[in-house]
Amino acid sequence: MLLFSDLSVMLGRSLWYIFRSMDTIITATVTPIGPLLLFVYVFGGTIQSGTANYVNYVLPRIFLVAIASGTSYTSLRLFTDVQRGIMERFRSMPIASSTLLWGHVLASLVFNAMSLLVIILVALLMGFRSSVGLLSRLAVVAILALVTLALTWLAVIPGLTARSIDGAAAFAYPLICLPFISSALVPTRSMPPVVRAFAENQPGTAIVNTIRALLAGTPVPREIWLALVWCVALLLVAYFFALRVYNKRVP
Amino acid sequence: MRGVESAVEPGRIFALLDSNGAGKTTLITILSTLLRPDRGTTIVCGFDVVSQPAQVRQSISLTGQFAAVDELLTGRENLIMIARLRHLQQPRQVADELLARFDLSEAANCQVATCAGGMRLRLDLAISLVGTPPIMFLDEPTTGLDPEGRLEVWKVVKELADGGRTIFLTTQYLDEAEQLADQIAILHQGKIIACGTLMELKQLFPPAKVEYVEKQPTLEEIFLTIIGKKEAY
Repeated sequence: MLLFSDLSVMLGRSLWYIFRSMDTIITATVTPIGPLLLFVYVFGGTIQSGTANYVNYVLPRIFLVAIASGTSYTSLRLFTDVQRGIMERFRSMPIASSTLLWGHVLASLVFNAMSLLVIILVALLMGFRSSVGLLSRLAVVAILALVTLALTWLAVIPGLTARSIDGAAAFAYPLICLPFISSALVPTRSMPPVVRAFAENQPGTAIVNTIRALLAGTPVPREIWLALVWCVALLLVAYFFALRVYNKRVP
Repeated sequence: MRGVESAVEPGRIFALLDSNGAGKTTLITILSTLLRPDRGTTIVCGFDVVSQPAQVRQSISLTGQFAAVDELLTGRENLIMIARLRHLQQPRQVADELLARFDLSEAANCQVATCAGGMRLRLDLAISLVGTPPIMFLDEPTTGLDPEGRLEVWKVVKELADGGRTIFLTTQYLDEAEQLADQIAILHQGKIIACGTLMELKQLFPPAKVEYVEKQPTLEEIFLTIIGKKEAY
């Protein structure tokens, strides 16, 4: 019960941070919407994706980019907490040690949900359509939430360990770039063998293909298991390391 | 850090002085449960820091160099947040009482980041009083403050000790320890090499020689007189 009350205070604090800095929501939303516009209206005409609606094809990848850049704010906020010393105050108080981290992580779920909603609205304006049932939609939401949770816990680690604010932010860049080497933008068959092997086996591809199939209403590929295993494994490893780093932290 | 043996009496101000890098930071982090000691026993308020960290955290508050206030929140929000984390029944009421007591009406509704240093420190002290923990760690509370802010903090610290709280103070300013502390310990190369009241420490030296020295006002006295604050210590 006390744990729950501590957690609600911490979550409230983290959410307050988000709503006081609306610019971060705008940045986190615009960063992926830019490429969305670019790929659909600039490159989309020449890319042969095999689907009639290129917005539908590219949207899952845009989701991943949005989540990757959105979770980097968790690194930044945690880094600031460490720098300003508010972390040590909380750690010297009688509250469960992981509540501060959970507060940031849950707030990141809310933050990313908001930015994904805006992206979906823009995509609808651009012609995104999906006529699948409620169950498939919920499955997409669940997968996106799982990806966000895993990436946020991953983002906690640089937030706690970075020596500079640039270092804390830099972790997101490779994650944002990763979806480019996948089937997220173009089918993989045109790539050289090595790149193709990487593209077809990296977690981003499995996640993107699963979401794409769920939204299109086509049979869900077996890759869904690969996607889930990747996410859960990443979540567990990142969570374990984040807590380890947090409990070992010395000012 | 090796062989620090010391006991602090309740209701007193205990000042820890150290030569550079002698281990003051390590000592504070161990006492406030942030760092596990390699060996030895550390008892804070009757609780062992290794086996009963939760009880220790219940009995202490940490203020100063490491533990900060939340800069994006207002003064009142900071107090309410800490009161809720200490599971007090009426966090808002606690916050309002402390705001009044520490003369923090200015800081109540504006972001802490915009407050003056002295105001911020008073808020920091007010926060460390939430839930009235019996022991307060003040880690270099006046470092970087202007003379006025320093006097403000001294006044508050004295009031707190008069109210029965035990205060563990670290400082780089020797005059600060001289002004405030009931008991002074000197930490050198990880060891406490001297400990006692100011009088006791003075007795370690040969009796004072009587010399006539013309009394010049210190710069601090001049500064405070010019700006119209005569209640110098």
